[in-house]
Order: sequence, then structure tokens, then C-alpha cells
Amino acid sequence: MLLARIVGTVVATRKDPRLVSSKLMVARSVDPRGKPEGNYLVAVDTVDAGVGETVLVVSGSSARMASGLKDCPVDAAIVGIVDAIEVNEP
Amino acid sequence: MAVRRHSFLQFCNPSILQSGDSAMQLARVIGDVVATRKDESLVGIKLLLVQPLTPAREDVGRPLVALDAVGAGVGEEVFFTRGKEASFPFAPAEPPADAAIVGIVDHWSVEA
Repeated sequence: MLLARIVGTVVATRKDPRLVSSKLMVARSVDPRGKPEGNYLVAVDTVDAGVGETVLVVSGSSARMASGLKDCPVDAAIVGIVDAIEVNEP
Repeated sequence: MAVRRHSFLQFCNPSILQSGDSAMQLARVIGDVVATRKDESLVGIKLLLVQPLTPAREDVGRPLVALDAVGAGVGEEVFFTRGKEASFPFAPAEPPADAAIVGIVDHWSVEA
């Protein structure tokens, strides 16, 4: 799973019917110390996260196992809001 | 080092040791992640930060968060699986996971 920070939201009116009422967020992956790196991605939010929060993003077919996303056309889902990360490495 | 042991897949295709998308990889646990608000099926499962390794124990690729299925701890060398299979150790629960630690490595070695 990726660590990412939510940097924005996405609004799409015309979309797959199974995505209706899904909250879509733009997230950018961050390293364990919170520094942004790499790509932006659009993920479905299943935990009511907000802009600026660090979250756990599950990607690939596993994203459909998040609650409420069964059989949805989704490959990235926000499944947790990170409270703390402890890194024991220089 | 005399003999190195790693997963069958890695023997078949050593190049996947370098990639970020292999089926199973070796890694070192470098930290842990605390999340109170999360998917219900993740409750009670430990989240660990793992750094993938090459056979020479060098870091390769980005650290990622994996579910812990074996009771691993920070500093240990582990192997982890990626993809939907990451939730299998927790059956019949189906936590949304794309990486899970499935073994703690006692030692490994690779023939030169």
C-alpha cells in the first residue's frame, strides 16, 4: 500500500453508474517522512479523508475489496487515514 | 556466501528482484504505521513499513506499507507478497491490501 497525501478532489458528473456517490480524491505519493515524491493519482475515498491528510492507498484489484467498492471499476482506494509513521532507519 | 535462497519466482526471473512489481520480494521492516480511521476489515491488523531489498541487501525501490501476517518487527528481514493475494493470509476476512508480509527470513544466500 502506498502512503499518499490528499491534494485535491475530483468532480465527475458523467461516470460509470457504479461510481455514483463515490468520493474521488487526488493524492500524491509521499515518502515515509512525508516528502512528496512521484505521481499523482485519483483514488476513491472510503474513509472520509480530507485534503491535506496522509492516507493509505491500496491499488490494483485489491482496491475493490475496500468496503462499498465490490464490483466497482476502481484501481485505487483510500482505506485508512494515517495518524503516525515511525521510521527506524537513518 | 554459499547458497542463497529465495522464492521460486525469483529464481525463474532474477530481474524481478530489481522491479517494483514482482509477486514476492525480500524486504527489511523499517517502521510502522498507525491509522485509527480505516477500513473495518483492517482493524486489528498491524501495518508495517517495508523497504524492498536486492540479494546484496541494498535498498531497491520505494518503501511501502504492508499488512503483517506473521508477527514481524522493525529491523527484521521478511518476504512479502503483492497483489490481491496479500489478503489471503487473513481469510475468511478480506482486508483491502496489495502487500502483506508472509514470512520472516532467518537467512538467505545467493550463489555468485
